[in-house]
Amino acid sequence: MNTTDTTPTIPPVASLSQRLARVIELVGGKHAVVLGGFSLAATLLLTVAYSLTKEPIEQSALEDLRHSLEQVIPASIHDNNPAGDTLQLQVDGSPVLVYRARQAKQITGIAFETSTRGYGGDIRVLLGIDQNGKLLGVRVLHHTETPGLGDKIEVTRSSWITRFTGLSLGDPPDAQWAVKKDGGPFDQFAGATITPRAVVNGVRDGLRLFAAHRETLLQEATP
Amino acid sequence: MSQARDIIFDGVWRNNVVFSQMLSLCPALAVTSAATQGLGMGLATMAVLVASNALVALLRGLITDEVRIPAFVLIIATLVTIVDLVMNAWLHELHKVLGLFIPLIVVNCLILGRAESFACKNSVALSALDGLAMGAGFTLALTLMGALREIGGSGTVFSGAANLLGPAMGVLETRLYSGDGALVMILPAGGFIVLGLMIAAKRTLDAHKKAPRPQPASVHSSSPAAAAP
Repeated sequence: MNTTDTTPTIPPVASLSQRLARVIELVGGKHAVVLGGFSLAATLLLTVAYSLTKEPIEQSALEDLRHSLEQVIPASIHDNNPAGDTLQLQVDGSPVLVYRARQAKQITGIAFETSTRGYGGDIRVLLGIDQNGKLLGVRVLHHTETPGLGDKIEVTRSSWITRFTGLSLGDPPDAQWAVKKDGGPFDQFAGATITPRAVVNGVRDGLRLFAAHRETLLQEATP
Repeated sequence: MSQARDIIFDGVWRNNVVFSQMLSLCPALAVTSAATQGLGMGLATMAVLVASNALVALLRGLITDEVRIPAFVLIIATLVTIVDLVMNAWLHELHKVLGLFIPLIVVNCLILGRAESFACKNSVALSALDGLAMGAGFTLALTLMGALREIGGSGTVFSGAANLLGPAMGVLETRLYSGDGALVMILPAGGFIVLGLMIAAKRTLDAHKKAPRPQPASVHSSSPAAAAP
């Protein structure tokens, strides 16, 4: 009956400050204004910070990639910029980004990222492989292994990862791609077997991927 | 200034975040498998805590009591995100080392705890000092725990310090004995053992010190400046 009476209305002859006070009361009082104001300020600040830092962050990510690529593809075998010469390869429905190193337009080596399941999550490994299928270098890009145990796969902590350089799919033989505990030639770490085992498997899988897609990978398309 | 001295002593020792307030135990247990990591987490937390305390103190007049908790959370989350972005953009080398810890700071209850119990009742300068002292206490606790676990578990102390603090600090990296130590010290169980032992040690020290001249225990209360009527 009296629904129209209970609906709060702004008096038609009210000063601006009175109207404002009424509006504030309608939306829930001072608290809502405080919290809303803070949210608005936070959003604004974050937007500004994000747009200011976007480009430098992308720049440094690119720099990191270039630095990692330098470690798995020696500068002596290419005269191009592998980070800028990429190929999108479809492997089992998921894309693999391949970086190509060229000397006088000839592909001399490639690098790509492969992922393997470690102890604490995925380990992302960057492989550099020359045109004959021999490993030029291996580096771990990202991992969440146990600090102090599994992190010896980082090159800054141990030289373990450099053990792979020069190896290929037949050397050691396929069945021998394993840590010493499993009968292979690769060292495990004291207290951590799962991590090195995962990396060994990941590197072997990467080499298999190279063998399976060799033609496409080494195809001489102009960059 | 005795108030400032009180704040410093409170943050670093008497009311230490980890050993007395028993706050922030999650990062304290998770990152202290090595001294360098404890130090990194401690320093990153200290920087955020000083800034968030100062900011909360600065804005305390604007924040109404009923919505203070969400407002604090908003301030802290915004601050940490901006610190993360800025470090990633312009201090990239440092970010590569500390970047792992920064998102963890958002959920560190120490930051909210200090905003609630100190910064919203005190001046900007005192709040910043409180952040510095509490952060220093946190850093001290984490570095100590990390050192003990690293010595017991890996036989080294401050390994990787050159990565965190620059090549000059590589001299800190020391190997105390060859070979690996007791594995359990690096695993989570070792964290609990070391934490328990260190809390017991602090209590014993405090009780020892208190014995000659009895004073009201302040281990459980929050900082005296905040608790004062």
